[in-house]
Amino acid sequence: MSPHGNPEEPASSAAEIKREAPKVSTGSTNDSVIEPVEIKSSTTEVSTSSTTGRSGWGLWEVFVRSSRGLSHVHAGSLHAPDAAMALRNARDLYTRRNEGVSIWVVPAEAIAASDPDAKGSFFESPQGKDYRHATYYTKSEGVKHL
Amino acid sequence: MSEANASATRITPGNALRPEDIALEVRTGLAKPSEDIAEYALRLGDDALILAQRLGHWISRAPELEEDIALGNIALDQLGHARSFLTYAGGAMSNEDGTAKTEDDLAYFRREHEFRSVQLFEQPNGDFAVTIARQFIVSYYQFELYRRLTESTDPTLAAIAAKAVKEVDYHRDHSAQWVLRLAGGTEESRTRMIHALRLMWPYVEELFRDDDLVMRLAEAGAAVVPSSLRGDFDRLTGEVLREAELEVPDVPPAPGGGRQGRHSEHLGYILAEMQVLAREHPGATW
Repeated sequence: MSPHGNPEEPASSAAEIKREAPKVSTGSTNDSVIEPVEIKSSTTEVSTSSTTGRSGWGLWEVFVRSSRGLSHVHAGSLHAPDAAMALRNARDLYTRRNEGVSIWVVPAEAIAASDPDAKGSFFESPQGKDYRHATYYTKSEGVKHL
Repeated sequence: MSEANASATRITPGNALRPEDIALEVRTGLAKPSEDIAEYALRLGDDALILAQRLGHWISRAPELEEDIALGNIALDQLGHARSFLTYAGGAMSNEDGTAKTEDDLAYFRREHEFRSVQLFEQPNGDFAVTIARQFIVSYYQFELYRRLTESTDPTLAAIAAKAVKEVDYHRDHSAQWVLRLAGGTEESRTRMIHALRLMWPYVEELFRDDDLVMRLAEAGAAVVPSSLRGDFDRLTGEVLREAELEVPDVPPAPGGGRQGRHSEHLGYILAEMQVLAREHPGATW
């Protein structure tokens, strides 16, 4: 007499996803060092037990190539028990509208992200270094095809 | 693919076929199914329609958000196949005012005994393992069926099958992946998978039953003989079950009779839910 799964589950599953999402976007060093260790242990084996079930599904980053000759572009992330299912979930979630010809999935913990707090030292250095751009240089007279 | 299929109508298997295209061809008389063909299309359409309705119930209830979408996608694929088959079938049936029956006329305004789906498709979702077991059987059956139906001498059936077979190929993969994971997961998931297969397997036999209609149509090259699919079905499902270290359930077949309009007690409830809006508000659009 139970025509479908436990109606309680989706709510907690949604909460789970919300809870995990910030960890990805912040890419904060402390979190991303500790958290992936747990995820890793669950991605190597299929875990469907009710105790480790939802929290045991690892986080995967999805990269989709929209057509031949273009690069794979980050499309988003998803949860899956292993790589094979991650690919299939990615197909269902991110190529519903004909977006892709190729998909990569990468365990989120395999991605080393730059520290958002280190923006200054990481990304502001090139500012003012116009000489790194071709437009900085004036064309010498008589040079053709430039 | 074959040239024979390209001539009679504009519909060819190479195109991405929409139900609207079939409706146009039916309205303009370009596609005119015989009564036999229409009955055959009704069978396949009803199978897909009832399954789509069943699977739709999982949306917001699947074990994971990702699986919600996967099952929703499969449901919508099935609904698409149902729309095409029913639209085509309607071309041989007319309403009281003389117009051809539309997909909606057939989906919403037929009664239980007029549905031609086999009983597997109406079986309750159960837990996730039961839904996967049902989908596993359905997908391997439909794949073999549609793969052969692409060679049908009826160009519309061939075109519908050509579109459907690619989608069903993915359904096959999806369900097989889950059979493997549930069987190889925990003791709990394995127990449930075994139980689910036992629950669904009695309805396998009905899928492969021949009758006069399909034999007549098969002789003309229009339909696929159901019993001819059994070998490949057994072999391919057997491979997955072996890999999952599961046995083919040894259970007696259910009586069946869905093709003659004899259904299990479940179909009436499905129809009540599916049809109530259209019957309360005939012609409603949204």
